[in-house]
Amino acid sequence: MRRQSPYPYWFVLPAAVVFVVLFLVPTGASFWFSLTNWDLFEARFIGLENYRQFLSEPFLLRGLTNTIIFALVTSGAKTVLGLLLAVLLTSGIFAQGFLRSVVFFPVLVSTIGIGLLFAEMMHPTQGVINVALGAVGVGGPGWLTNPALALYSVALVDIWRGVGLATLIYIAGLASISPEYYEAAKIDGATPFQQFRHVTIPLVWPATTTVMILSLIGGLRLFDLIWAMTRGGPGFSSDVLASVIYKQYQAGFYGLSTAGNVILFLLIATIVAPLAYWLNRRALDL
Amino acid sequence: MTSKPISTIMLTAALSLAGGSLAAEELTLLVGSNPDSIAIAEALTAAYSERNPDVTFEIETRPGGSEGDNIVKTRLATGEMTDIFLYNSGSLLQALRPARTLVPLDNIPNRRNILDSFMRTVSDDAGSIYGVPVETAMAGGILYHVPTYRQLGLEVPQTWAAFMANNARIAELTDKAPVIQTYRDTWTSQLFVLSDYFNVQAEEPDFDTRYTNNEAKYASTPAALKGFERLQQAFEAGYFNADFGAADYNDGLRMVATGEGVHYPMLTFAVAGIQQNHPDELDDVGFFAQPGDSTDVNGLTVWMPSAYYVAKGGDHVDTAKDFVNFVATVEACEIMTEAVGATGPYLIKGCTLPQSVPAAVADMMPYFAEEGRTAPALEFLSPIKGPALEQITVEVGSGIRGAGSGAELYDRDVEKQARQLGLPNW
Repeated sequence: MRRQSPYPYWFVLPAAVVFVVLFLVPTGASFWFSLTNWDLFEARFIGLENYRQFLSEPFLLRGLTNTIIFALVTSGAKTVLGLLLAVLLTSGIFAQGFLRSVVFFPVLVSTIGIGLLFAEMMHPTQGVINVALGAVGVGGPGWLTNPALALYSVALVDIWRGVGLATLIYIAGLASISPEYYEAAKIDGATPFQQFRHVTIPLVWPATTTVMILSLIGGLRLFDLIWAMTRGGPGFSSDVLASVIYKQYQAGFYGLSTAGNVILFLLIATIVAPLAYWLNRRALDL
Repeated sequence: MTSKPISTIMLTAALSLAGGSLAAEELTLLVGSNPDSIAIAEALTAAYSERNPDVTFEIETRPGGSEGDNIVKTRLATGEMTDIFLYNSGSLLQALRPARTLVPLDNIPNRRNILDSFMRTVSDDAGSIYGVPVETAMAGGILYHVPTYRQLGLEVPQTWAAFMANNARIAELTDKAPVIQTYRDTWTSQLFVLSDYFNVQAEEPDFDTRYTNNEAKYASTPAALKGFERLQQAFEAGYFNADFGAADYNDGLRMVATGEGVHYPMLTFAVAGIQQNHPDELDDVGFFAQPGDSTDVNGLTVWMPSAYYVAKGGDHVDTAKDFVNFVATVEACEIMTEAVGATGPYLIKGCTLPQSVPAAVADMMPYFAEEGRTAPALEFLSPIKGPALEQITVEVGSGIRGAGSGAELYDRDVEKQARQLGLPNW
């Protein structure tokens, strides 16, 4: 039997209007514009030509693999580091409150600011990182100028920036585990590692799901940090899907960049929807 | 307590009503956010308002680069453009669909003052012109550190081989970087390719039309490919500054002004930047055209200045046209020179340069004095310029990609641009 909504229709009308005008209409419009050659002045229908052009972009494949590598690396690292930091910061160590704020701090700073600052710090000859390495006799690499390294340098900064949020979610997850489980495990003679493996990890699973999905989506659609640090360079070597799309927009290819956005939307949906379903089912099984 | 503010408001209202009855007009003008373009806009509008006390101006600014392009396009498309705005001439102007969005300036009285070479870059297929030039023409070529040349006894190179020989001497005898590259600002990486266009057109006089008609390609035209090859050669010889991948445009200006580096391929508008950042070293920086294969072919690739345009559908079109008409006069040139100095020749007949100009500007003037020693850059002859050139030249200049492969990739980028513009033959 269908559950009756407790609210009359007029009650949800304002929200529905906002939803239709600001979300449904633009979404529909972008599907339309992605089928046109659009220079803002006129939109000429060209069928699927933009999709063909976008998929034959020489650097699209590179951008796609970079996007996926970036999302997996950052989301994996944030999940693992976030859990470890959360365990550390709930263990009652010295200055716990202060340390928690320190870990969370980068989340509060503007991403563009972080990007520009790290770009300076990673300068190959004058940056503080390589100057410090040079002082101990190590020649630092060109963090952002070496095409093989640039993407990973940005990923490193993204992990530093995002791990605070993951830690926060994990701290909340850990706090919700009842101490009785640990007491029972201790009585059964479980070592601290066994407690972590067989009590903490399973019971903190809902938090893990949240962290993984949020950081995966964040990684897939990341743009601002890449743009502030490398602009997809050197050349095209750290391009991700979002920066490829933005460059089409910059060039004035509005229809083409809209088609790119539709592809990004489909990509995120096909990766995240099954993942969320699977992760949530695992949580229910427990 | 409340009565005082209210009476003030009423007084203000009464005053502004009185002002309205005098038919005062306030025009809006959108310019780039760099100090020069603001200073010029302020000087020109002040001079115009002095002659026409009823007319005042409000100057708005926008960022440069492609972000600024998008602002201009969006404002034109939504009918929110200012009465007058500053924008590039050449291929970027064509993307604004001038016939649709701009007021033709064919019947302004001072149209005859504008040089033909400039008019071609602000007109549409039907021959209407839309813009009046602001500031001077500039050139793409090589800025160099004069004291180093003097110290090593080098001569300004007339051929590419002589240029590379100079680089070899500099590398051997000093610890300065022979060639400065600054890829943090990717646009600066294009200069070796773009400034080579004088040499391209000397060898292939109809390259521009064949390129526009999808008949000539960079990769398969040896003369056009040379720009990419020259960039690759300079990289492979190891002539770049150690931090070329992370240095930016301002670093480049510093290096060429102070002699940390000796050659900086750049547009001459950089002279204004050097004047601002390194005024004491201004005359240490000289300029020469990018040399080609032979001493017989040695000339300058020229960039046209931006222009003021009048947007269609504004409330003050007639006054706006009268203002841009004023900008096309010798008097306006003098106002601009006084405001920011001059870094090249004006595109208005009868305009002259002041007696003393920076050394780099003095170096470029002789090219203009001789017939056949200048040619416009390709982006002023053809509506197509691929947007990814700056990434491709970063790749070639960093050794990630070879010249041939870079040129081929650029040809594909050009094809995309041409299709997006809906040009015939593509």
